[in-house]
Amino acid sequence: MTLDHFAQNAKSSWWNEAGPDADIVRSSRIRLARNFRDFRFPTIYNKEEANKVMELVKEKLGKQNTDAVGNLDIFELEKLESLERQVLVEKHLISPNLAEDSLYGACLLSENEDISIMVNEEEHIRIQCMVSGLQLTEALDLANKYDDWVEQQIDYAYDEERGYLTSCPTNVGTGLRASVMMHLPGLVLTRQINQIIPAINQLGLVVRGIYGEGSSAVGNIFQISNQITLGKSERDIVEDLTSVVQQIIAQERSAREALVKTSHIQLEDRVYRSLGVLLNARIIESKEAATCISDVSLGIDLGYIKNIEKSVMNELMILTQPGFLQKYAGGPLQPYERDVRRASLIRERLDLAQIENS
Amino acid sequence: MVCQECNQRPATLHFTKIINGEKKEIHICDKCANEKGDLFMQNGSNGFSINNLLAGLLNIEPFLQQAKASTLTHVDELKCKNCHLTFKEFVHVGKFGCATCYETFKDSLDPILKRVHGGNTAHVGKIPERLGESIHLRKQIKDLKSELRALIDQEEFEQAALMRDQIRSLEKEDIAAKERGNQP
Ligand SMILES: [Zn+2]
Ligand SMILES: [Zn+2]
Repeated sequence: MTLDHFAQNAKSSWWNEAGPDADIVRSSRIRLARNFRDFRFPTIYNKEEANKVMELVKEKLGKQNTDAVGNLDIFELEKLESLERQVLVEKHLISPNLAEDSLYGACLLSENEDISIMVNEEEHIRIQCMVSGLQLTEALDLANKYDDWVEQQIDYAYDEERGYLTSCPTNVGTGLRASVMMHLPGLVLTRQINQIIPAINQLGLVVRGIYGEGSSAVGNIFQISNQITLGKSERDIVEDLTSVVQQIIAQERSAREALVKTSHIQLEDRVYRSLGVLLNARIIESKEAATCISDVSLGIDLGYIKNIEKSVMNELMILTQPGFLQKYAGGPLQPYERDVRRASLIRERLDLAQIENS
Repeated sequence: MVCQECNQRPATLHFTKIINGEKKEIHICDKCANEKGDLFMQNGSNGFSINNLLAGLLNIEPFLQQAKASTLTHVDELKCKNCHLTFKEFVHVGKFGCATCYETFKDSLDPILKRVHGGNTAHVGKIPERLGESIHLRKQIKDLKSELRALIDQEEFEQAALMRDQIRSLEKEDIAAKERGNQP
């Protein structure tokens, strides 16, 4: 895999599109947990049953039956190398659970990777839909389309009173987990995030940061998702989350405005220092890379940096993770080798980006 | 800082998970992160899954104990006839074994579901198209019946007769749908 090839590949991917408010909301994701009526749940089923579930999926959701929804490719995890599995995890196409622990785990992927159906994870299947920017309703509509399609072929475990029956009590009802990934450097720099997170939690939503210390998640990326799946309709869940996210977007924008007004030169200094690191470092740890990528992303949003596309930064967030680096290097790397490789990959990609725009 | 999983290698990944305002710091090494699979911010495997964390923080276990205490029968001995999971095992694992478990443990579920889902116990969302055909029909029949009563009250007997016929044909459809549903 060459970097050129990857960059080319990325252009057909959903995350290369810029959805609404994509400067702050990187992605919207919907996951629907579903189980098949005639099988025990993955919690306790045996290898044989897991295999039956997989065979059923292959038979009913295979290429011969995808006319209604468009082509899906099936990947059986046992047939993939561990690095390939890790790359799927890093692209958020499958969960770490599915990659490491599943019996006869598989995933069905659409061409631009906006749809992923995980098989034999915590539930029999999980239909995932990812779109760029804040578009939860659109993602829900798309996920529903695939859900309806599956339901035409296979009997779901469903109960009139409890809804979609799941192995985990936290998923029952709608089986719906809606989440958005937000880039919030303004709220972190102004420390407003410390008040906002508890407030969001009070609304029954869950906030998580990528490996970071406390509220200052590394890369300033936060994921916000619903906790309750029962007693609320899918529309209400999605609308409630959307309205909270819109308020956070508004606060992030005003925090950025305030920063530009009060500390313009400090902000510009920070952005260009980070760009300097990315352009010149020979060794860079993932944490430092994430921080610099966040700063440069902010610099692009604020118009300080004009010759690099924002999508390149989003791409680097994914490319600089351990699985990708090792895939790109063609084999396993020690942490130190990774840091060297990461630095050179970032330099190459930024060179490429600047050539594209010159 | 040393990895909190193996207590051997230096911790290279540092996470903070914040749930319901509670912070949980996680410091682990590359190797354990790989093994645990919690590389990014996905729901991790085993100890790190968001659901497990939720279960822990929501303190489901004492609740299940309470649920048990509040029912008169020996729920511990309840055993799902389909998957053979006992209530005791369900409490321990925090997960159901199959769809029938919901029926088996029905009497003890409400307090648990209320706790996890902000006081809710009943689904109000999507009804699957095919399996839900008869659910849709029954809802339609219910609505028509209340309209029928209103028409009778207003002495609109002609219209009421038409509606009665409509209800009857829907009821027939419902029976047919149920038969189809039993033979997928
Ligand atoms: Zn370790
Ligand atoms: Zn059962």
